[in-house]
Amino acid sequence: MTTGSSSKPGPTHKLVEAGITLLIALFGVIVIIGSVKAGINWGAEGPRAGFFPFYIGIFIVVSSAINLWNGLREDNDELFAEWGQLRQVMSVVVPTAIYVGAMPFTGLYVASIIFIGWFMRWLGKYRWVTVLAVALGMPIVTYFIFERWFLVPLPKGPVEEWLGL
Amino acid sequence: MEELVNLFHGFAVALQPFNIMVMIVGIVLGVVIGVLPGLGGANGVAILLPLTFSMPPTSAIIMLSCIYWGALFGGAITSILFNIPGEPWSVATTFDGYPMAQQGKAGEALTAAFTSSFVGALFAVIMITLVAPLVASFALQFGPAEKFAVYFLAFCSFVGLSKEPPFKTIAAMMIGFALAAVGLDSITGQLRLTFGFTELLNGFDFLIAVIGLFGIGEILLTMEEGLSFRGGNAKINLRVVLQTWKELPAYWVTSMRSCVIGCWMGITPAGATPASFMSYGIAKRVSKHGANFGKGEIEGVVAPETAAHAAGTAALLPMLSLGVPGSPTAAVLLGGLLIWGLQPGPMLFVEQKEFVWGLIASMYLGNIVGLLVVLTCVPVFAAILRVPFSIIAPLILVLCAIGAYSVHSSTFDVMLMLVFGVIGYLLKKCNYPLAPLVLAIVLGDKAEEAFRQSLLGSQGSLGIFFSNTLVSTIMILGLIALFWSVIQQGYTRLRGAVA
Repeated sequence: MTTGSSSKPGPTHKLVEAGITLLIALFGVIVIIGSVKAGINWGAEGPRAGFFPFYIGIFIVVSSAINLWNGLREDNDELFAEWGQLRQVMSVVVPTAIYVGAMPFTGLYVASIIFIGWFMRWLGKYRWVTVLAVALGMPIVTYFIFERWFLVPLPKGPVEEWLGL
Repeated sequence: MEELVNLFHGFAVALQPFNIMVMIVGIVLGVVIGVLPGLGGANGVAILLPLTFSMPPTSAIIMLSCIYWGALFGGAITSILFNIPGEPWSVATTFDGYPMAQQGKAGEALTAAFTSSFVGALFAVIMITLVAPLVASFALQFGPAEKFAVYFLAFCSFVGLSKEPPFKTIAAMMIGFALAAVGLDSITGQLRLTFGFTELLNGFDFLIAVIGLFGIGEILLTMEEGLSFRGGNAKINLRVVLQTWKELPAYWVTSMRSCVIGCWMGITPAGATPASFMSYGIAKRVSKHGANFGKGEIEGVVAPETAAHAAGTAALLPMLSLGVPGSPTAAVLLGGLLIWGLQPGPMLFVEQKEFVWGLIASMYLGNIVGLLVVLTCVPVFAAILRVPFSIIAPLILVLCAIGAYSVHSSTFDVMLMLVFGVIGYLLKKCNYPLAPLVLAIVLGDKAEEAFRQSLLGSQGSLGIFFSNTLVSTIMILGLIALFWSVIQQGYTRLRGAVA
């Protein structure tokens, strides 16, 4: 590692891992709370609903504590990823989140066409002809395979309704 | 003898024209899935599972298992030609396969890899044919305590045998159990851990988790690495194939050893990935050409490929006979069985003979078909890899979304898939294993049920798990597996002290 410690090109692995371990522990605490609410003792029907998950929650918290301890003890200056790499990852996560969020309103097909088109045009810098061919082609193929041949219904929005599909 | 008769009936089922067609489609899809980044055996099968809802169960399982074989074959193509393992279990294949390709011996390497895969699978299928009915009839006498002990053994093997830190494996596994517990409690009918969200009433479906963790997570990892595919041309002709086949029998010892390692690692749910590494490592230590390993030694391709394929196939043995899948992909297949209304486990061999033996027969045929398909179509599959990632990635993401939606026709599941994807990316980066997490989601309810029923029978005493020889043997095996790395360390230290 030749980079100076003052301006790191990304978050350190240690820091991110500690954060994730804490989140897992928090998840464990939530499981414990939920189990206590459901009842962790014995009832008339034997162990109650929260009995098993309660111990699972304890296991999560305890193993996270050990993981946290091991992780912090380690002498490791490695980067989790560079900021540029994380930007790459986010350039997939954010549009996918919008795509997934829009699906209940627009249906799968319209959302997919826009999503594939956006991805190819802005990240791949393809010509519009190529972009349109793939972005329109894939949903059409999907429609025939899933809905026509295998009779699996996919979410539809106003446009599909208007087309009478 | 009864098994042989059953097997022949199975062949009659598998050889029906529709099933043969389904087999070929499955293999081709599987190889494509194995070649593409972000799509692997587990999530590939999960995405295509809804397509099989309208098929008869036997054809459906044949198609899905053939996708699995295809994915196992496909991983080798990318490893050898592009130095990019399409699947984690083909990482060890890159060590010698890619150097061979660079020396212009890609054809030999591919032929060796495919043939070894075939040998490994064949060995495992023969083992399944002989052993599975015995295990199943033995397991018929299992009570809840024995059932729980088997689950215990399966999960302990993960902790002891995986290369990830044991407490990370435990944490990942327990997250899976917790997710499985969300929703309706199957014994009391009470709601738990939903915190008032109606979406969580039915809990988390592991298919969504598989598609997210393995599919989306993998795409994000690939995106981060920003890799572009560059690689040699694939040329396989009959002469090269025959030439390589002439050479291969010389490595029969390596092959057999790898078969055994693979079967063992496949049955205990350690899986194909550690099997391939272990087999490569041992071959390197034992072989006469050990020093040449890593520089393009054909034996270094034979060892990991045989073991990976044997393990991948053997993972179906506990799935069919005990209802405990040996790998994430086997878990997805098990999920499929449940959806088609079949209860995996020992009763399957009694009640669904045609289905079980049809599947086992299709394993023989599927691997022969697979070998022929990959040997003849390598250039086509290699061409898929030359399609740029910025086209492949959105298509795979859309496919994942379709797969996640069609499990329950719910758009909430699609959002959940993305969340699982981000979680999968982060966990993978932090060295948490994902396979135990997925298996725990699949088996969580059953393990809990077995545990609580055992405790009910014993009025809450844990002694029930050591109450007879059978259950205590399984439990002790589990404990040995759990502390395996500690035992190994102690042994090495002891030997060091004595020497």
